Amino acid sequence: MKYIDEFRDGAAARGLARQIVQETRSDREYRLMEFCGGHTHAIYRYGVPDLLPPGVRMIHGPGCPVCVLPIGRLNMALELVARPQVTLCSYGDMLRVPGSGGQSLLKAKAAGVDIRMIYSAADALALAQRHPDREVVFFAIGFETTTPPTALVIQRAAELDLLNFSVFCNHVLTPAAIAHLLAAPEARALDAVPIDGFLGPAHVSVVIGSRPYEGFARDHRKPVVISGFEPLDVLQSILMLIRQLNEGRAEVENQYTRAVTRDGNLKAQRLMAEIFEPRPMFEWRGLGLIPHSALTIREPYARFDAERRFPLTYQAASEHRACQCGAILRGVKKPTDCKLFDVVCTPENPLGSCMVSSEGACAAYYRYGRYQGAA
Amino acid sequence: MSAPRTRHFFASPLDFESGRVELSHGSGGRAMAQLIEELFATAFRNPWLDQRNDQACLELPAGRVAMTTDSYVVSPLFFPGGNIGSLAVHGTVNDLAMAGARPLHLSVGFILEAGFPLADLRRIVMSMATAARAANVTIVTGDTKVVERGKGDGVFVNTTGIGVIPDGVQLSGDRARPGDLILLSGSMGDHGVAVMSQRAGLEFETTLQSDSAALHELVAAMVAAAPGLRCLRDPTRGGLATTLNEIAVQSGVGMVLREAAIPIKPEVAAACELLGLDPLYVANEGKLIAICPPEDTERVLAAMHVHPLGAAAAVIGTVREDPHRFVTMETTFGGNRLVDWLSGEQLPRIC
Repeated sequence: MKYIDEFRDGAAARGLARQIVQETRSDREYRLMEFCGGHTHAIYRYGVPDLLPPGVRMIHGPGCPVCVLPIGRLNMALELVARPQVTLCSYGDMLRVPGSGGQSLLKAKAAGVDIRMIYSAADALALAQRHPDREVVFFAIGFETTTPPTALVIQRAAELDLLNFSVFCNHVLTPAAIAHLLAAPEARALDAVPIDGFLGPAHVSVVIGSRPYEGFARDHRKPVVISGFEPLDVLQSILMLIRQLNEGRAEVENQYTRAVTRDGNLKAQRLMAEIFEPRPMFEWRGLGLIPHSALTIREPYARFDAERRFPLTYQAASEHRACQCGAILRGVKKPTDCKLFDVVCTPENPLGSCMVSSEGACAAYYRYGRYQGAA
Repeated sequence: MSAPRTRHFFASPLDFESGRVELSHGSGGRAMAQLIEELFATAFRNPWLDQRNDQACLELPAGRVAMTTDSYVVSPLFFPGGNIGSLAVHGTVNDLAMAGARPLHLSVGFILEAGFPLADLRRIVMSMATAARAANVTIVTGDTKVVERGKGDGVFVNTTGIGVIPDGVQLSGDRARPGDLILLSGSMGDHGVAVMSQRAGLEFETTLQSDSAALHELVAAMVAAAPGLRCLRDPTRGGLATTLNEIAVQSGVGMVLREAAIPIKPEVAAACELLGLDPLYVANEGKLIAICPPEDTERVLAAMHVHPLGAAAAVIGTVREDPHRFVTMETTFGGNRLVDWLSGEQLPRIC
């Protein structure tokens, strides 16, 4: 397949792997966090760890929108669908995440509640147009990649004066999460994981550009390489990080030059700024409360905000006691460190969000990497 | 002089242009008799149906008899390369063929939704009849039920089949042994992607056709070439990955696949890339997996290559000892990964 196979080429991979081995110093470790679940998935699907020398360790980051959404927010969605006039539109992954008391959107759907699985925000808008008698709510989740499409449907709904459409907004911001992981490690001294460098997000950076990472690369002396999602992109980015670390540099480098610029997509950024504003505080699963780390809908579009329309209030809820999703999302633990992994928590019966989403670290380990621990 | 008298038993012939299925077509009364007469009995015509009994009385050739049943709920009903009718014949014929059986007879049960266009029903029935004739099987008995509008989804079809297994053929999912080779008859994912391309909300243009086909002739050629063949299975729902895991568990073995050896058409790879699917989990309706002792592999492959449905056959991996029964794969990239069971529903109602 043109423009795909080239980025999965085995011969090129072996060449890069040789270079990584040559340039890796034996007197140090390279602890590299891939921020995105998309990278975690690619790393395991293509068997990238088999090509890395033992001193290079990949730490999985919190970049999985389904994984980081706290149970309290899911409970709000469950509260929404309890209203008979509501049709909730959600991406598929979200349906299987367990909420409080073992409830999930999928179970609610099976019990007869009107929940539709959709592929894009535009599907939700179209559904609202077709069913003026229903209150159609779009369960919006995701990082900056999926935010512009949500902004677009809100703008369109305003133009159409669509009275039966609203958005339950859970969009979160990548730079805030990375800054949180780096900042104040002393506050979690026992629980901090040393990270030497970051593989930066691909699609998120297409929207926000590479500039937002420059601050913490400089302030925290951590190199960032923005990396595409194909396995060769990942290998090349790992090599670029190793070179920066060997040379004592801490810069933002862009491996994904075929899509990412320093300034990003300005049109998308303007659109997001028109519709959304940062929330003062938002809870992340595993990372806790992070200021200015999520978006809410601005006042002029308040009528499309499901939280104000119905209204809904957020209440923090506790996780399954033994679930290690939080520590896994911080990079402190590996999925196999969790007692529930592959015992009671499986993709068929997920207890934590990291096992649900295809971008979750537990799901990636379970699907692609489980044989290694058993061998 | 005029048409046979039975023609006038019904007030007027069924309107196959603009007529629709009505509740009375499943009531057991005259309307049902007319639907059977003018559609099913005509399309499927054979000596057993002609007797108009509630059952077919069969005389089977000597040998072990294989029997299987399958219900078809594919959505949409019509897709590039077939429809629910041809699929219901191929699917059941293939389930018989995977035991090495020569398929002989099918039964068919229709669950129709009131309001379904008779024109569409006729298209489905005609393609069933064509598929059955091509596969040399007869549809010897059947049933029709009609449910109220909104209680079905157009048409659901069940087919049950029986066939006879030649002496000496012993195919079973528990017979894979370490050292055996894993053969695949052709490209993966064609059916699933072709059906999906027609799905509401997903429509995309593709020239791809479903691979829906009857595999029993290919199987007969393979079994003739190597009676020591261990196991055959068609990777339908759950795709190649899930089917291999089933065999691994049944036989208590592990497997190692080579990703580079698994044929996948560029259109399928592209659609899967776009939809975030893995072609190894996408359904097929005209492909088979064969587990073969190494000494027979060349003969089986040669027999497959001369048959149109096996022209692209390839060895894709080997069976090995593994107490965990893992199926793993050497990726084209140079690493290894687990090839796990399908989890959840990747594509509901694909067959």
